[in-house]
Order: sequence, then structure tokens, then C-alpha cells
Amino acid sequence: MNIDSIKNGLVIDHIRAGGAMDLYRLLRLGEMDCTVAIIKNAPSVKLGRKDIIKIDSPDELDLGVIGFVDPDATVNVIRDGVLVDKRRLDLPERIVNVLKCRNPRCITSVEPGLDRVFYLSDRERHTYRCLYCDTRAELDRK
Amino acid sequence: MRHLIDIRDLAQKEILALLDRAGDIMEHPADYREACRYKKLATLFFEPSTRTRLSFEAAMMELGGGVLGFSEAASSSASKGESVADTVRVVGCYADIIAMRHPKEGAPLAAALHSSVPIINAGDGGHNHPTQTLTDLFTIRRELGSLNNFTIGLCGDLKFGRTVHSLIAALTRCEGVRFVCISPEELRLPGYVRRELLERSGADFTEVRGLEEVMPELDVLYMTRVQRERFFNEEDYLRLKDSYILTPAKLASARAGMRILHPLPRVNEIDTAIDADPRAAYFRQALGGKFVRMALILKLLEEAGK
Repeated sequence: MNIDSIKNGLVIDHIRAGGAMDLYRLLRLGEMDCTVAIIKNAPSVKLGRKDIIKIDSPDELDLGVIGFVDPDATVNVIRDGVLVDKRRLDLPERIVNVLKCRNPRCITSVEPGLDRVFYLSDRERHTYRCLYCDTRAELDRK
Repeated sequence: MRHLIDIRDLAQKEILALLDRAGDIMEHPADYREACRYKKLATLFFEPSTRTRLSFEAAMMELGGGVLGFSEAASSSASKGESVADTVRVVGCYADIIAMRHPKEGAPLAAALHSSVPIINAGDGGHNHPTQTLTDLFTIRRELGSLNNFTIGLCGDLKFGRTVHSLIAALTRCEGVRFVCISPEELRLPGYVRRELLERSGADFTEVRGLEEVMPELDVLYMTRVQRERFFNEEDYLRLKDSYILTPAKLASARAGMRILHPLPRVNEIDTAIDADPRAAYFRQALGGKFVRMALILKLLEEAGK
């Protein structure tokens, strides 16, 4: 299966199979005008199967969330058709306005205009907690 | 602007200085009678809490200041749908400092992001209650003479008990505190509290099911209430409820110098026959809460330059 190479943009590679749509949603790619290709279940020597997302000429993207969703994913930065950078994403200290707190007793469930902030509470276990109520962040896989 | 939202907002040396000051206020109340003259504390209690609110109000009154506020959401603008942010912006126009209790977890932090005056978290749902923790620390230090090198038994509901989690967070910063966690299986400490507080700090801790087996080891016994609604079935509750009620018979094997603490309100988890025992420190603890809150109000007003 061939997808045209991108000229300027990002290739998020080595996403665990089935994880591409989570990232698509959390990076809010659906709200952007740029060209996005999602490749599901591509063969991978390392993972067996993997997902890939190719994004051509994206707007500003907060890539920090990738480390939370899939710490094994890599980001390739393409400029003028050439790979100029290959990054593994560290876990960010904070994730802002990407995840929603699932605790119905959290103030973020009712207070308007409040940034939804999660902080890294346990690096080894990749655990993030809500800044307001300390509830553990979980991916809403809908 | 400095606020107190979580006990971990305070460095250990700040906590010790606050406890020193609370002790000084307790010994020399007359020296502080005018300390907050012309200052106002707003008590914004979006849910009722008699003890905590009265403690804050008494604290401000004994500092010579005034108090305004409300004691339930129905008598506040929240009932009209006003946000927490707007409420504190407005109250900050009328008061110099705010003590807030709110049923939503994190509400005092949301308030602090918008407030022009210091916010004290007076309890946010089942989350934080830092002035209770300061009160607990004050009581332990006053009763034992130190916050270091002692064994504390935490008994009852360790899963949902916010006072227990905050107290553990504070005591893991002290030297040589050994934790004995006494609870039914259903109400054990949550895994993250074990991992992120006890294990990470390298604290010495054990978990047991029975109170009597560890009683002779304890310097402090911190009691909490085991609530019926926390159990999945009535049978388990009935089987376990008496195990976590402190009676004179269970106290027989305790050390003479042990102290019993309880955040109150008590329902039936401490037999009233124990109240007259010198080891029962829970009413002295409630008194200490006022002095701790006085010291905290003074500190935050001073840091705000008020």
C-alpha cells in the first residue's frame, strides 16, 4: 500500500496497532485543514503490526500527548521532502487541554473556562493525574 | 499570591514554623488579640461543615479580625450559577483572605487561579483538607514532643479517608516515622498512595487487618470512621464493623504514653468511655485546630502584604 510522501510535515511512526485513532483525536487532527493519512496495521519488524500517521503541513501541534498515549512512538520531521529530525518523545511534565478528567466530582466538570491540566505523577508507570483532583488520567477510547 | 490548597504547598520548615507559631499563640493569646484588627476573613462554605467553619471564624475573631461569608451553597450566588472564579473575584473586593469549602474537588485551586487574596482550602470534597493535616501535626508534636521517630497506627477507612492520605504525605517528610495501616481488605490504602507516598519516600510501613495485634507498638493511633456505604455487602460490614471500634478493652494493651487522634466527627468508632482517658487527644486536637488556623491566617496575610 502506497501513500504519497509528504514534503513538509510529520510522520508519527511505531504507533502500537490500534492507537492511531486515539492520537488522531487527541491531536485534534480532524479539526485541521492539513492532509492526514492514517495507516493501520502496517507490518513492523519491531512491533509485528503498527500504525502510522502522516501529516502534511500541519498547524502548531502539541506533540507532548504522544508520549502519554504511546511512549514507543517516534516522530519524523520532514522538510522539503527530506528527513531532518527523528524524535522519541519524552513524557511531558504537563498535558494541557487534551484530556478530560473522568471524575464527576472534579471542579473541571462544572467550572467554565478552566484549563484541563494533567501533571506527570509517576514517570515509570506513565501516570498522569488531574491537577485539580488528582484523579488518574485515562484514555477515553471511543 | 500565596495560598494553601494542598499540604505539600508548604515546605517542611514552613510547617514547623507554623506549628511553632500556633504553639506561641496558644501560650500567649493576648499577644495576638489585635494582630488582624480591621482585617476580614470570608468563609465561603459551599457545603455545610460546622466544626471547620467555626474553627476558622473563632480563629479570625481571636486575632481581632472580622468574619463574613455563607455556610451553604443555597445562600450563595453559586445557586444562581455563578462560577467559582467569579465568586472569589468579587469576594476578594470585600475580604482580605478566604477560607473555602466546596463539594467539588479542586475548587479551591480553581479559585486560587483567579483570586486577588489568599485562599485557604477548608476541604474540597474527598480530596484535600490541609488545615486538618496541620492540626494533626500540631497535636502529634504537642502530645509526643516531636514529629520524628514514632509509630503511628492509621485505623479504619484508609481508602477514602482524605485526612489519612494528607497526613501520610506530611509525615513521610519527617524522620523515622513508622506507619502501621490497619483496615479491612476493602478499605486498604489505595495503591497510588502506597507507591507514590510510602514506597517512594522509603518509609517503614506495614498493613494489617486487626487493631489489637499492633496496639502495643503504637505511639499514636489515628482513628477514622468505617462507613456502612463503603462496603459492597451488608454481611461484610456487619462482620468487620466492630473490629475498628476502639473500646477500653482494646486499649488495655496500649502504651501509657500513646495518644488517640480522630479528625471528628465521631459516630461510634471510639467508645465514649475512652473520652476521660488521658490518652484520648481528639478534643485537644480540635482545640489545636483553632490555633493552627490562626497561625496560618497570619502567615498568609503577612505574605500577601496585608
